[in-house]
Formats: sequence, C-alpha cells, structure tokens
Amino acid sequence: MTEFDVSADIEAVVEDTELSEDLKEEVYRTVEERDANVEQADEIARAVEHRYLDTRVDALDPVGTVSAQSIGEPGTQLTMNTFHYAGVAEIDVTQGLPRLIELVDARKTPDTPTMTVHLDDEYATDRERAHEVVWKIEATKILALGDISTNVADMRVHIDLNPDTLQERWPTVDSVDEIAGEVAGIIEDSLGVNAVQQGTNVEFGPEEPSYRDLLQLVEELRDVTFKGIEEVSRVVIRKEETEEGDEFVLYTEGSAFGDVLTIEGVDASRTTCNNIHEIHSELGIEAAREIIIEETKTTLEEQGLDDVNVRHLMLVADIMTNRGEIESIGRHGISGSKESVLARAAFEVTVNHLLDAAIHGEVDDLNGVTENVIVGKPIKLGTGDVNLKMGSVNRSSQAD
Amino acid sequence: MASSQTPKEIGEIDFGLMDPEEYRDMSATKIITADTYDDDGFPIDMGLMDPRLGVIDPGLECKTCGKHSGSCNGHFGHIELAAPVIHVGFTKLIRRLLRGTCRECARLCLTEDERDEFRGQLDQTRKLGRDLNDVTKAAIRQARKKDRCPFCGETQFDIQHEKPTTYYEVQQVLTSEYSQRIAAAMQPDDDDDEPMGREALANETGIELSRVNQILSGEFRPRESDRKALEKALDIDLTEEDMNKLMPSDIRDWFEDIPDEDIEVLGISADKSRPEWMILTVLPVPPVTARPSITLDNGQRSEDDLTHKLVDIIRINQRFMENREAGAPQLIIEDLWELLQYHVTTFMDNEISGTPPARHRSGRPLKTLSQRLKGKEGRFRGSLSGKRVNFSARTVISPDPTLSLNEVGVPDRVATEMTQTMNVTERNLEDARRYVSNGPEAHPGANYVRRPDGRRLKVTEKNCEELSEKVEAGWEVNRHLIDGDIVVFNRQPSLHRMSIMAHEVVVMPYKTFRLNTVVCPPYNADFDGDEMNMHALQNEEARAEARVLMRVQEQILSPRMGENIIGAIQDHISGTYLLTHDNPHFNETQALDLLRATRIDELPEEAGIDDDDRPYWTGRQLFSELLPEDLNLEFKSNTGDTVVIEDGQLLEGTIDEDGVGAFGGEVVDTLAKVYGETRARIFINEVATLAMRSIMHFGFSIGIDDETIPGAAQDRIDETIGDAYDRVQELIETYEAGELESLPGRTVDETLEMKIMQTLGKARDNAGDIAEEHFEDDNPAVVMANSGARGSMLNLTQMAGCVGQQAVRGTRINRGYEDRTLSHYKPDDLSAEAHGFVEHSYTGGLTPREFFFHAMGGREGLVDTAVRTSKSGYLQRRLINALSELETQYDGTVRDTSDTIVQFEFGEDGTSPTKVAYDDDHGIDVDQIADRVLEAEFESDDSKAEFLGDKARPTNLSEHGDARRNPDILSEVESDD
Repeated sequence: MTEFDVSADIEAVVEDTELSEDLKEEVYRTVEERDANVEQADEIARAVEHRYLDTRVDALDPVGTVSAQSIGEPGTQLTMNTFHYAGVAEIDVTQGLPRLIELVDARKTPDTPTMTVHLDDEYATDRERAHEVVWKIEATKILALGDISTNVADMRVHIDLNPDTLQERWPTVDSVDEIAGEVAGIIEDSLGVNAVQQGTNVEFGPEEPSYRDLLQLVEELRDVTFKGIEEVSRVVIRKEETEEGDEFVLYTEGSAFGDVLTIEGVDASRTTCNNIHEIHSELGIEAAREIIIEETKTTLEEQGLDDVNVRHLMLVADIMTNRGEIESIGRHGISGSKESVLARAAFEVTVNHLLDAAIHGEVDDLNGVTENVIVGKPIKLGTGDVNLKMGSVNRSSQAD
Repeated sequence: MASSQTPKEIGEIDFGLMDPEEYRDMSATKIITADTYDDDGFPIDMGLMDPRLGVIDPGLECKTCGKHSGSCNGHFGHIELAAPVIHVGFTKLIRRLLRGTCRECARLCLTEDERDEFRGQLDQTRKLGRDLNDVTKAAIRQARKKDRCPFCGETQFDIQHEKPTTYYEVQQVLTSEYSQRIAAAMQPDDDDDEPMGREALANETGIELSRVNQILSGEFRPRESDRKALEKALDIDLTEEDMNKLMPSDIRDWFEDIPDEDIEVLGISADKSRPEWMILTVLPVPPVTARPSITLDNGQRSEDDLTHKLVDIIRINQRFMENREAGAPQLIIEDLWELLQYHVTTFMDNEISGTPPARHRSGRPLKTLSQRLKGKEGRFRGSLSGKRVNFSARTVISPDPTLSLNEVGVPDRVATEMTQTMNVTERNLEDARRYVSNGPEAHPGANYVRRPDGRRLKVTEKNCEELSEKVEAGWEVNRHLIDGDIVVFNRQPSLHRMSIMAHEVVVMPYKTFRLNTVVCPPYNADFDGDEMNMHALQNEEARAEARVLMRVQEQILSPRMGENIIGAIQDHISGTYLLTHDNPHFNETQALDLLRATRIDELPEEAGIDDDDRPYWTGRQLFSELLPEDLNLEFKSNTGDTVVIEDGQLLEGTIDEDGVGAFGGEVVDTLAKVYGETRARIFINEVATLAMRSIMHFGFSIGIDDETIPGAAQDRIDETIGDAYDRVQELIETYEAGELESLPGRTVDETLEMKIMQTLGKARDNAGDIAEEHFEDDNPAVVMANSGARGSMLNLTQMAGCVGQQAVRGTRINRGYEDRTLSHYKPDDLSAEAHGFVEHSYTGGLTPREFFFHAMGGREGLVDTAVRTSKSGYLQRRLINALSELETQYDGTVRDTSDTIVQFEFGEDGTSPTKVAYDDDHGIDVDQIADRVLEAEFESDDSKAEFLGDKARPTNLSEHGDARRNPDILSEVESDD
C-alpha cells in the first residue's frame, strides 16, 4: 500500500492509528530512514498520534467566535489608506480596513475593481502576442486613437486618426484604411450619424446644424469604446515569474470577468478578479468561497498580518457562501436572516424586527447565543452545550 | 429574593399582536384621570400612578398582588380610546392591506391559483429563513393590478398613504367643471372648423338632446355611462381625483371583514395577529415600574417621559369624548382625532420622519417606547445583551514582577468586599469560624452568613465573635477573597478571548491591581493609568471552568496565529539579549544572584576557570538552566544569528524576541506545545525574573548622548541630503522642461511626485546608514532594536539621522495656501523643503517649518487611528454576530445552533488553530519524535507513557494557593511538575 519499504507489521501498526494520510507517509518515511523495528515504529506512531490528536480542534469549541475575534482583533492594526498594490505600482487598489469591510459586506462592485489575467501558451511568452490580448481587453477611447477637432463653420467633427496607434491596436488587420473604416463604422453605429472616412480622417456632424448637438456629439464620442471591454479602463502588462516560468501577466483597472474569460489567449483557469460577485456568477459558489479566502488573506498579508490562520478566513468565507449565494456579514445578510427574532432585534433595526415578528406570528425557540443571554439562560456553546450530572446512576439503566 | 419561588426557565417566546379584549383582561385598572398625585402626594385612583399598577416607593404594598417594591413587577392598566387610532409601526402593512383587499367584501383580490402560488412561495421563504415581507409585497403588487374584485366584482380604487398615518381612497369622480369642459371640447381646434352642434353630440352619445342641454347648463350631472359616452365622443377627461379620507374606524371595519385564510396568503398569522388589531381601540398603560417617577432634591416629583406622553393622551381622549357628546362639528372632531393619533403615534415612536417629535418642557425630545428599545444604550443592546453584575471591582493596574503570570494582586479593600460562598462542612468548619470571627473588616474575614433555614445574617464587628460560635456544618459563609481564589480579570476593549482570563488571587496592600508584565500583550495593557475589571466567581461550576479553561497559562497560545501570545517583553528581551549575545562570564555570586528568583538552587558545572583561579559560568549556561533537559531546537534569532539548543543547553546564538518574546517566541512556543502549558508558564516566569536580574546586573539606560552622532558624521549626512536636494532639483528642471518621461499609466505630475518621494526616501535611508555606523553594538537603542525589545532602526534613524518626508494621504504635503503649503514658499515651488521634507533629526531639532509639517503628518495619524477604531469595532461586532453561533460538534462538523452544517471539518482538516501555527501544516516533528523514541531517553516510565499518550499529564489547577494558605507546606512549593 505504501511506497515505502517497511514491513507488513509496521504498516499494520501505522495504519491502525488515526493519523491523516500525509502524517502516515511521514511516519513511514521516518521509520524507513531510521530503520526502526516494529516496536519502535509502534511507539513512534503512537507518539505522533498522541500529538496529532492533541492538535485536533475540540468538540463543542466555539470556533465561530474565535475566528471572528481573530479577524476582528487585528482590524485595529490595519491602515485606512488606499495604497498602491505591492506588486503593481501602477494600479491603485483599495487595501487595509476599507477593503476588508468591502469584502465582508459583499459589495456588488468593489471600490477598485481589478483583474489579474494570465495568458495561454505563446501569448504568455511573446510580448507581441500578449499585447494583442491587451488591446482586446483595454477599452480604446477616441482620444487614444487620434485628435478631434470641431469645425463650427461647417458643423462638422473631424477626427485625425493616428495610423501608428491604429496599427498597434488592431494588429491583426493589415491596412490602416480598413481600420479607419471600422472606426468610422463604430462611430456611425453608436452615435447614429453619417461618418465620412477618407484615409485616416473621419468626419461627421449633426443632421441639422446645431451648435449644441455638435458639442454633444463630441462629448458622446469621447465615451465610445472602439475596442476592448468598456469596463476596463487600463491594462498593465508585466513580466512575472510564476509556476509556469517567466510569463506576461496582465493587471487591469476595472473588471469584466466574464468577458475576459472568453477572449482568445486568456488562460481562464488562472485568471482572477477581485469582484466576488463576478467570480460567483462566472465560476460558481465554490470559486466565490475561494476568492473570499484569497482576497481577505492577501488584504491581511499586505498589512503585515500574515500571522492570521487561514482557517479563520475559511470559516468566514464558508458562512458567507453557505446558502449557495453570497451573503454579506451584517444586517442585510447573515445577521438579518437569523431565525431568532431576539437575535435580529439585538443586532440592528430593533423595532422593525419586533413588529414584523408580531405580524408573522413568529416563535423564538431560544436556541442561539444572543437569545439565551437575553433571557438569562446558559448559552448552548462550549461547556454550556454539555449536560453533566453528578450522582450514582445504575449503569445498566443508562441506555443513552 | 423569595426562595419559595423556583426559577422557571423560558422555553420559547411567541410574538403576535394583542386582542384589545386581552388588554382589558390583563389590565389592573382603567385609567381615566390624567393627573398623577393629589395635593397630599398620594396617587389618584384611576390615575396614571394608580397604586394598582405596581409600587415603586419602598415600604408600600401593591394593591394588585400584595408584594412590595422590588418583588412586584407592576401591572398594566388601560385607556379606552375615544376613537380608534392607527399603530405607527404598522402603517406600511395597513397600506398594503388596503391596497390588496376588496373595499366591499374585504377579500384579498387574488384568484385561487394566484393564492396557491404565493402560499408556495411563503413556505419556501420560511424554510430558507428569508424575509417574508418580500412575498407579502409581491402578493400585494399582484392583487393591486386587479381593477375589480374577483369575488364580488366591485371596482377597486387606489389607496394613497400620506405619512405617517393618513389614508385616502382615490376615486375618479365627475369634475365639478363638467359643463365648461364639454363646452370647451365642442369648440373646434381650428377657427375654420364648425363647432360641434348639440344635436350632433346627442346623436353620437345617444343621450337625449334635452338631457344634453341640461348637462351643458350644469343642471344635470351625467351618470357614469353618460359620462363615459361623452368622454369618448369628445375625447376628453371629465373626471377628477377625489381623495376620500379613510378614518381609522373605517379601516378597522374593513379589516375585520378580511377572512383568516386570505391574510394567511400574505404571510400574516391570523390566529396571533388579526389585522384589525393594528388599529388601536384600547391603549395599554405600562406599569409604573416601567416609568418610575423620581423625587428631586427639592421634594418635587419628576415624571418619566412615558408618563408625560400618557397624560397628553388621556387629556386629548377626554376632550374628544366631551366634544363628541356635546355634538361638536365634524371638523373639530376630526382635528381632535388627528391630535389623539399624534399623541399615540409619538407614544410609540418619537422619531417618525415628517412628524415633529413630542418635546419635554425643556425642549428635549421625549424618549418614548421605540427609543427605549433602540440603539446601543437601548433595552436590547444595553440592558438585555449586556448586563450589570455584582461581585466585580475595577481599579488602576500596576506591574509586579514578583507575581506569577497566573496571579493577580488584589488590593485588600477589594478582597474584603468581594466574597466567595463557602459551604460549611465538618472539614472546613474551623476555617469558617475563623473567617467569621475576623469580622467584615479584618482581612480573611466574612461579610454574611446564611443559616440552614435560609436566613441571611450580616457579620458585623459587634456580632462576629458571637456569630462564629454558632457557625455549624450546613451554614454558608460569605468569606473574603483569599490567596489562591480564582477570579476573572478583564481589560476593555475585549477584542479577543485573551482579554478575559482567570487569575489566582494574591491579596496585597495598596489600591491597585497588580499583574506580571508578561500578561500585558494579551490584554494589550500598559501602566499609564489603565484600569481593569475583576469578577469574583460565585459558584463551583464557574470556578472550575475558569481554572481549567480560562487561566492565563491555558491562554499562552493564541488561536489567531497558533503561537504564544504570552512571553518576554521589552526589558526582558533586552535582558536575555545582554545575557546571551556576547555570552558573558559570571562568578559564583553573580551567577547565583541571577538565578535566585528561579527554581534553580544549584549551579551547573562551571564553564571554566578565570585568570584569578575562580570558576565562572557563562550567560548561555545560566539561561540553559531554565530549559527542559531534553529540548532540541534550532532557529534564526531576531538579531540574525542561529540559535542552537541541544539537550536543553543553549550552545549558540542570542536569545531575543524570536526566542522568548510574546507573539511567537520560538522557545516559549515549543515549550507550550510540546511540554505543556504548566512547563511554559514556569519558563516564562523564570525567564522574566532571570532577565530582570541580568538587566540589573549589567545596567541599562538610555540618554540623549546615545542618539547623538559626531560632527563629521553630521556633515556627511548633510552632504547626502544636499545631494538628494540637487537630484530633486534636477528632476524638477527636467519636469519643467517637459522632458520627464512618465511611468506607464501615470501622469507626468504623478511620476514626478513618485520620483521625488523615492529620492528623498533614499536620502533618509542613507542618512540613517551613516548614523548607524557611529553607533556601537552596545548602544542601548541599538540593543533594543536588534533584540526586538522596543523600537526599530527607523526610530534610530529619525532620532540621529534625519526625520524624512512627512506625508498626508500617502503623498507629500500639498495642502495649505493656493499653490503652496506655507506663505514661506513661492507658489508652485516643488522643492523638497516646501513639501514637508524634514532634513533634521529629532536630537538635532526641527526648524519651525519642519515642525509644522511634522505636526501635519502626526495629526493625520491621530485622526486615522480614531476613525479606524470605530470602523474596526463595527466590523468586529458584525463578524461576531454572524459567526457566534458556530460550534464544532462531536462528529467534527461545524454547525450553527439550528444544526446547519457550515463546514464538514473545521478549516478543512479539523486542525485546531490554537495548537498549530499559522504557517505549519500539522505542527508535528516526526523526526524529533523518532529521535526520542529511538534514543529512549526518558527519565521514567511515566514520562514515556506520557510521551506516548498512554498517560495524561498531571493537571495543575493551582500554583501557590495551598502553600499560601498553609505556610508550613511552603517548602513543598512547585510539587506540580
């Protein structure tokens, strides 16, 4: 069964323990290295088992409260500042306490949405190919493509496209003329005007001469996305050392996770985003749990609080995703959907909860912690969850 | 109080509305008079302070239950309202019901299929624990779409709600200007067209011509069918909105007719909460105990806010009735009705938007029912979830290094006040008598005794001797706290479980709580005036739990990181550093002096003989004396060298923060995990004393000279900073010439700022490096920084080298005047000194401008901390509230109290975060275990059995308690390890 060269007897004594698989492996390896006999192996295994069982979490441990405290207590040490990312100086990312609050609040959109886009195969290694992906992601606005001028006399908007930029951003199209035509087409579609394209020059104007319409067209033009994903305002490309070796990784300002995953060249298996809701809708609840753990962890780590055990973060992520959708921590989420009226009333919006409870004829069974504190009963956690009675009881009559 | 009544446990709490009949049934009396007391100060019968409502004055007897103040909870009374009024809390629901039910037959306007759908939705939401209101809303939205009632066919009108408590039925009725409108419509749009004739109109609408004439002259109001015909013919709208006010009585009548099965569809519990009960006809009057009046110093009575509000209600109620009986005009009645509504509304909630709050004579808004429940100081969070307790004490804390970390020094005056109940038996009878005979003032005394018949007697100076004779087995004696008692000790804010720990009492003179300095990190305490709370435990179960689970030594390991949170701090670390860094030599006297406060009473074999032919011992050797004999460890120290401990001997390396410090000191951590917490406690105590002895031996102080550098070094620093200034100037020039290349994704301005910041940051570091060169390794500040005792090299840099750039919001200081920070600079000056670079050091002194910028940076820090504490406090509250119900079960799963599984194994592998460090997989060193097994170095069979887990380690429940109580067994101290 094991790949280690140990006798069947040793295997029997080790397998007999309650150790986890990797610890058993380690015991086998040690026994093999030390060439221990069965008796010694048994003692080693038992001693390891003893230590192992000692490190198991105790039954009836109030792990929830402990985890909450373990995350909340260092909260006082987090900064309020939004600093730039440790890795990518070019992109500002919300950090510290505001980010942590944002995460447990499960905000629909984070303050600073960003994606980390990993690339496939040659896209990851070839800067040219990587840039192809960048242009597919980064929203290209007119100002990046050329100069706009307005001719008030003729009521025309004139765009002088920069051929180099065009070629750069549409690397797959050969002729600049063709690209300019495409640009003109997008302008026609999105502004509803007739655009005249001649070489790299595009011209259009309002249907009826109106100064106001002209200015408005220019305004609208600035917002038109010609290429890429509208939500992504900026992409930074960086060469990084990853498990796959040196490769190009893209960091974005703004996120549209679903759109990015479909782009050719993007490695969907490694690409992530800091919006937990996007992850949830694209990859499901397990991925959402994973990203909550990952995001809270990095948030804490960047503040030098890498000593918070991940297990606490897991518990928070688990309770947030327990019902198959992301629930926030607070009155709109977990605390607000508690069964007990008293627990809800004791948290926030006291009066409304009481009135609603009356209308719906709710019954509080007094199972939870807060309720029992309120009515003055021992809470059902830890030692309060055990009923021990002293006295001599006939053993045979004790069926339970 | 009364022991005859067995305490009952609350099983469940039912919520619902109350039937007015129930109010009357439970009422002790009807209240009709708005006055409280008569001229003689006696409560008026059927007044708001009617003695049947309960007693608040001591000595009086309750007229309803016969109990005295304190044991009588009070009784409700009631007011018969002259007219029904709406309960403000339910205005939204009332609106919904009015909109969703038929105005004629009062049935919910939903077909049977629709009802089924919503019933299904309700079940689903109940099961999922979602908000039922969402279903109610959806159902009402559906019902509102119906123009006609599906049961009686009556046309439904829209209901308008004017906040807070007025409802209108909006009907489309014929406008009063109908004739003008018809006439106007008959006129042609264009002047050229012929106006429409009356005959034509009559023909088109099918109304007789004479009738048309009558209508046009305004003599006849067209019927509805005629109106529609006219509207169609002329393409006009002849209606106007008529707002028909629904009086609460109308609404009540309406709701009474709603059948039970219809409201069940809306998620309303019909048997507990009939909708008509949302309209009040009887108002319950809270018992006087809920609104006690207080007597002021001048003998005047001051009434509670609720009483004031009730007075208002009764007055208006009275006036309403009188006016109605006198047959006052409808207008007056309606006004009074509204006023009554206002008072009842504000009685329930005085913070309704749109309604002026009812005010006290002084102008302060009254605190009525809602306000009593709400918020942090409200009933729920302030009184029910947070309770005040007896047997607690609070005072300033101060350090005492002679105490064990498990102990707390309790001032004698606290000890004589806090008591423990002693059940007297034959075995402790002598002790009990001694306590009682000491009386309440002398220290190990007693304050109360309880006879077997339940009588409680106060022990006084006078009766103590006499009483002590009477004490027999079966009595209870409330004796003072004595050494060895267990108490719970706490410092706020209680952010984690180590903020509340159990200590053993050591009674001491003076007035402060004393604690060992090593417990400062878990409490986050210092001695600059901090106060802490102590709670004396009152039953054996609590004391046992506290001892086994809450004692300080059980909390050495923090569940946050799985490493020790208790360990050496500050001077302890400097001490061990001095002791072990250069491995100094000590003669016998010195060595014994260093170890005198530890268990070690014999020195190990000397390390060598010095030049004077006298034996000497090394510092590392002395430190090793505190270690278990079989300890093997190797780790990197904070100082940077490798610490090697073999067989309990420190062979190499410096013991500093990473070795014995709080927050993950390697030695302490290992001892706590492998050798048990009792061993770790002994070690921490001893390291602390050894360290204090050694720091006293070497002497350790810090002065301004320690941070002053020679002039030559200062010149070099000035030069470095000067260079940096030049480089900044160059950057600015390139920028102004427009030649500065921007970083990707940054503007040129941002790039310049970043580059300047970088340059200046480097300048400060260089200055620090130069300063550092001039500090010897034995410089106290350097020792502290290197060992991790306190401070950092950055602090030193700032003191001796250069303070560096001051920042507000992460950038250089940019605020102040227009285009400049201070009037000392030219506008748009981008130079270092104009934006808060402090080139001087703290010892050298800051210039006034530098000082100002420094204060700006400092202020930001203060504001930041203030904001942060409140934000993170709320975060913590939410986290605790969301997770507090989670608990591991015997099967290893993590579930909440309703048994929903949240995790199948805690943290995916069931590993305790307390016992395994955050960066460890399982925290078990199989190699080391194998070493021990194979080398079979066990002191005894017992220790081997312990190692293999066949035998449990002896539990240690009290450190010195027995010894302190019986001085004659002092010699056997520390028999527990």
